[in-house]
Amino acid sequence: MSLALIAALPFLGALLPGLMIRAGKNACALVTGSVTALALLMLGLNAPAVLRGEVVQTRIEWIPSLGLNANFFLDGLGLLFAGLILGIGLLIILYARFYLAKSDPMGQFYTYLMLFQGAMVGIVLSDNILLLLVFWELTSLSSFLLIGYWKHLPEGRQGARMALTVTGGGGLAMIAGMLILGNIAGSYDLSVILQNKEAIQASDWYLPALILILLGCFTKSAQFPFHFWLPHAMAAPTPVSAYLHSATMVKAGLFLMARMWPVLSGTPEWFYIVATTGLITMVMAAKIALFKDDLKALLAFSTVSHLGLITMLLGFGTAEAATVAVFHIINHATFKAALFMSAGIVDHEAHTRDLKRLGGLRTLMPITFTIVTIASLSMAGIPPLNGFLSKELMLEEAAHTAWMANPWLIGVLATIGALFSVAYSFRFIAHAFLGPVRSDYPAKPHDPGFGLWAAPALLACLVILIGLFPMLTAAWLVNAAASAVTGAPVAVKITHWHGLYAPALWMSLAAIGGGLMALGLHPRLMALWTATPRPEAKRIFDGLMEPFATLAGRIANGLHDGALTRYIAIGTLAIAAVCYYAFDTGTHAIGTRDLMPVPPVPALGWLSLVLATLAIVIFHRNRLLTLVLVGIVGLMVSVGFAYFSAPDLALTQISVEVATIILMLLALNFLPKATPVESAPLRRTWDGAIAVIAGVGIAALAYALMTRDPAFQAISDFHITNSKPGGGGTNIVNVILVDFRGYDTFGEIIVLGIAALVIFALTEALLRAGPANDRLLAWKPDQRRAGDRHPMMLVVATRVILPIALMVGFFIFLRGHNEPGGGFIAGLIVAIALVMQYMASGFAWTAARQKVDYHALIACGVLIAAATGIGAWFNGLPFLTSAFGYFTIWPLEEFELATALLFDIGVFLTVLGAVMLALASLSRIGLRAGETVNTQPFDIDPSEGRTLNSEEAR
Amino acid sequence: MEALVASAIGMMTAAGVYLMLRQRTFPVIVGLTLLTYAVNVFLFTSGRLATNVPAIYGEGAPGYADPLPQALVLTAIVISFGMTAVIVMMALGAFLEAGHDKVDMNDDDTPANGGQK
Repeated sequence: MSLALIAALPFLGALLPGLMIRAGKNACALVTGSVTALALLMLGLNAPAVLRGEVVQTRIEWIPSLGLNANFFLDGLGLLFAGLILGIGLLIILYARFYLAKSDPMGQFYTYLMLFQGAMVGIVLSDNILLLLVFWELTSLSSFLLIGYWKHLPEGRQGARMALTVTGGGGLAMIAGMLILGNIAGSYDLSVILQNKEAIQASDWYLPALILILLGCFTKSAQFPFHFWLPHAMAAPTPVSAYLHSATMVKAGLFLMARMWPVLSGTPEWFYIVATTGLITMVMAAKIALFKDDLKALLAFSTVSHLGLITMLLGFGTAEAATVAVFHIINHATFKAALFMSAGIVDHEAHTRDLKRLGGLRTLMPITFTIVTIASLSMAGIPPLNGFLSKELMLEEAAHTAWMANPWLIGVLATIGALFSVAYSFRFIAHAFLGPVRSDYPAKPHDPGFGLWAAPALLACLVILIGLFPMLTAAWLVNAAASAVTGAPVAVKITHWHGLYAPALWMSLAAIGGGLMALGLHPRLMALWTATPRPEAKRIFDGLMEPFATLAGRIANGLHDGALTRYIAIGTLAIAAVCYYAFDTGTHAIGTRDLMPVPPVPALGWLSLVLATLAIVIFHRNRLLTLVLVGIVGLMVSVGFAYFSAPDLALTQISVEVATIILMLLALNFLPKATPVESAPLRRTWDGAIAVIAGVGIAALAYALMTRDPAFQAISDFHITNSKPGGGGTNIVNVILVDFRGYDTFGEIIVLGIAALVIFALTEALLRAGPANDRLLAWKPDQRRAGDRHPMMLVVATRVILPIALMVGFFIFLRGHNEPGGGFIAGLIVAIALVMQYMASGFAWTAARQKVDYHALIACGVLIAAATGIGAWFNGLPFLTSAFGYFTIWPLEEFELATALLFDIGVFLTVLGAVMLALASLSRIGLRAGETVNTQPFDIDPSEGRTLNSEEAR
Repeated sequence: MEALVASAIGMMTAAGVYLMLRQRTFPVIVGLTLLTYAVNVFLFTSGRLATNVPAIYGEGAPGYADPLPQALVLTAIVISFGMTAVIVMMALGAFLEAGHDKVDMNDDDTPANGGQK
């Protein structure tokens, strides 16, 4: 269970920031951080077992028939990645708390971040490839939200769209590849697939699967030629860049290559595709990085280059190279996250990250300078920092690998890549921090507060520690992860000195020397770079996308022209056509069920329903009359329910009917009272034809259904048999609602509560300054008002009825478990009793005397229902299992108490709150439109012979 | 009897669809209400028709009507109330904001270039 929980925690945590932001930014960050910390802690608890070489597993059957199971497993590789994702995630949460500006919505940011974090953790813990694919696509989606977080910046939106298109497209290719792989192995479980190396590599489908999966990995990890999205994703806030491009998003591709390494690697195809792509990416991106003036662009291309390096190592296909790749993943995450955060600090304090406008920050920002120096030197591969260790090992591997029988090609190119890496790393330090202090910074730079530099400083400490004591601090993790990648125990030996005869030493020296020289020649190289024409990736991408966007726009605009009537017509006809096709191609026989006789009274009911319906169509332009007719139809429907043995439905229908008609009357007060003739006769005939088709079709279907016996044994017998013994109630419908299908009902009252809140929110929006509010303020009633709008007779009658109605409601509620009634109906009855007071004495008078917060009612209702459900857990039973018992309290008879009753109280409160909130919202609109605020219960007091609620009271 | 119920469902559906094809919000809401009746009754009839056999335990009850469709329709009725209330409010808001109660967007309201940036 714990692994599934680790993956679920960030998703659950994503719900919190939106709520906690109201308690302040610190509380919001603290809560978000605690969730991540908790997940990290749970991961840590599993770590000892994994380091012992065990594989921790959690298996949850989800849809076994599709091979889709929520299976998770944690091995060394998963531990390494989950640790990076959660650990660096924690630092990012801290950093973002101080980085984001006041105007940035922090709750949203943390929500997106946690969604992304959850998706990433899901990828690295999934044991089922279908599940992995779901998480994979989730990272694409949530990174889209993160990259486009600054919605007001066009670069942000375009960068987000490009990232989504490229990584999402790659993801689609990968789905195909994974499905092929699953088919070859005969299982979608990774642990099974990883055992089937021979079968997979011998299959004819190996190459297509390999290419498709690599497309997914290469797009995600920004490998050539898909690298172009990553620099454009730099439009995101720096915490996002630091997170996505050091430890998470782009590492997902590497993770998958490492995960699939045991089954896919070792073939010439793997070597030539993966190693070559990695090599090209590494050298090309390192070169471009040298010529970028924007600090984040420099780091972006450097990231692409390092990803290329790791890809190349994985491509070599040897256990040693894969081990180095794992080690470099750790090192790159530490120094690159620190550098991104530092670039963000420079941007935050100096208000620019353009190297041309920076320089001399060394004395102004000594702390940042120290962090950047450590991390950059590590990136350059200077001893004794951790970047040096893995680069040295990389060069050693490169020197011993031949490409197309050419023994020195990879070694030379790797050295050139390292050379550029040295050059841009030193350029970062030299051009931003060294040199004379300038007088023209956009803002006066100084070191930020502790909160902002704490995270990168911690990472810089790690850089040094891993650099100095690699065997102590990192080797155990590298061993565990590399063993998982290669499938054989690995015991790595990391040293600083490989001896004079190691080629890596001389390659390293050449890279450092050459790099320094390149930095010295930088102005001249830069001029050359600017002079050479280069393909602009964004322009090509936009050009490629343009026709698709146009086509999509044409289709969407053609189908959705904003005419609701057209959608309904098309939809109705389409459904009718499909149904007719099914009917026409199937076989049909007349139903054999005995028909019921037609007694005269029900026939009269049918007649009034049909006549009222016809009258609605004919007189629908008179809206008030229409409402009266709708009331007749509703009444006949409820009588019909009563006749056909459904007393609960009849009660519900009739009370809902009352509430609906009152609501529509209130709304009609502000709407035109008549519908004008607009459509031509032809159009009306056409609409009529569609309506008749729909009506005839449904009628035929209903008739066919009713004249047949069910094709399958209905499950109702179970409910009928178990209602009393299992649920403790004799009213089977009510027991189904509160017990058998309690979960449905629970969802239902939540939906109802949400509907009421939506109405409230809509009202709030209407009452804000704007055209709607202006119209309401200038409202002139278009109907004559009654002279006596709050007649005393009505007031007295409703007052007398109120206690009786409340009692009826209470009675209906209590008997609900055994006789027709229950929470739904009782809630509606009590609501109507209260609404009658509103009608009699006006909204203002009543609201002043009835201090009930309808929001609180809804919330209480849902919470009580939830608490009842959770209560079952304490008895070790599933959510919402009801318990009941029989009690006798003298002098009463024996009676039954069931937890279902408590649940029904929740239903009752929610229904009451929702109905009242909806009606009260309409009344508030009425008040804004100049409804008189009545201070007295009725307008005219005959004993005093004067008008009490005068117009002055407005 | 079955024919009467089926024809009533058909009538309500036809009237509902016709009104939903009108161009003002109020008829559309009324049409949706009628359609809701039709759908609820249709779902209810999936338990087949029966008289005098309510799904309530009783001594010597001749049988019970199918309780499951009843329970489902009961919640459907309440939910459709919530839905009607929301669209009534939306219609009211749209009328107050725009000054007219037409349901179809005219050319000024349609995003001219398909929402492209």
